[in-house]
Amino acid sequence: MNKKHLFDYIISIADNSLILAQRLGELCGHGPTLETDIAGTNIALDLIGQTRNYYQYAAQIQGEGKTEDDLAFLRLEREYKNVLLVEQPNEHFGYVMGRQFLFDVYHLLFMNELLKSKDETLAAIAKKGIKEVSYHKRFSGDWVKRLGDGTEESNQKMQEAIDELWAYTDELFDQPEADKTMIAEGVAVDTLKFKETYYEEVSTLLKEANLQVPESKYFIRGGKTGVHSEFMGYILSDMQYMQRTYPNMEW
Amino acid sequence: MSLTQIANIDAHLIPILEQVNDPEIPVLTVLDLGVIREAIEVNGIIKVKLTPTYSGCPAMDVIGDDLKIAFAKLNKKVEVQLVLSPAWSTDWISEAGLQKMEEYGIARPLTESADKDVLLKNAKKVKCTNCGSKNTHLVSQFGSTACKALFKCDDCQEPFDYFKCLK
Repeated sequence: MNKKHLFDYIISIADNSLILAQRLGELCGHGPTLETDIAGTNIALDLIGQTRNYYQYAAQIQGEGKTEDDLAFLRLEREYKNVLLVEQPNEHFGYVMGRQFLFDVYHLLFMNELLKSKDETLAAIAKKGIKEVSYHKRFSGDWVKRLGDGTEESNQKMQEAIDELWAYTDELFDQPEADKTMIAEGVAVDTLKFKETYYEEVSTLLKEANLQVPESKYFIRGGKTGVHSEFMGYILSDMQYMQRTYPNMEW
Repeated sequence: MSLTQIANIDAHLIPILEQVNDPEIPVLTVLDLGVIREAIEVNGIIKVKLTPTYSGCPAMDVIGDDLKIAFAKLNKKVEVQLVLSPAWSTDWISEAGLQKMEEYGIARPLTESADKDVLLKNAKKVKCTNCGSKNTHLVSQFGSTACKALFKCDDCQEPFDYFKCLK
């Protein structure tokens, strides 16, 4: 088993959850209503919990005596392997729910496959997280429907968010080298297996929500190989500030 | 099924574990909650296996610290290990725990299918912890902690928490 590839693979899954949680965390105390505020931070908390499990495992595989915190807070931008979708800014609530929905549909399909991983730790993390992710998907899907099928203005804003975020969906299915070797080992999830299901599921809900399914074939990618959008640096400076300024601080 | 049957807990440790409460639902002990999967004494060291209710449950760190404090009072060292598999289920909450929870104002988890009905289809099945009416509705799938949803009673108008079914 190639340890470096296993490490890279775990990091890429963990980074998706961490960065999305960080984006949701920005809304803490700023959600449109108390209930959505609490829901957003609840989802962020689930994702951070999953991230911690992945990072703890990755740190153990790496065997350099690093901790989950080192991996979360002390890497450089290029070393984060999350997809571009999760780092896109909150803009307005339609974007927050659109981004969440486009990720959640993927995330649930992904977790369903990760359950079958030959790697027992990854399978256990999936088993623990799968119900959480199904709650997330239900919540974001409901909001996409509510906004899409709401007023003229909410429909227009939801459509705008989906149109813009659509360009980041294809990257979810990219498979860098670490993915490929880990798929061959039976450890990683072959995301291409459910790519079609993903677009079907997303399209069905969008139609139900009275929204147009984007037809654009222009897709943006790069996060999985460490090439991020301009937003990533700002996210990291926010997230890493305390650890960089006061190394080893705890609270 | 009692907890000692499914979890491997040394009988002499039970009175100490009964003093450690869930920080989020302080009426429940860690035994009521079913998060202690193993507690055994090996060469004078207490080894505890703890399982989180939800992946990100912040109570786990506190429970770990509280266990250390409880055993430190008896001059015993404790090693807490977090285990994920098998994943925690609401079935592991003891009957006594469920009763204490209801008295505390949190409705007990329904069966898996009834849980889906109330969270997805707005079925009226959750019993108000204040007046006992089932004329209740879901306010938010996410409540004050990851494990709860927020409900409101349409008879007495009181809001209350519902502990979501997790299997």
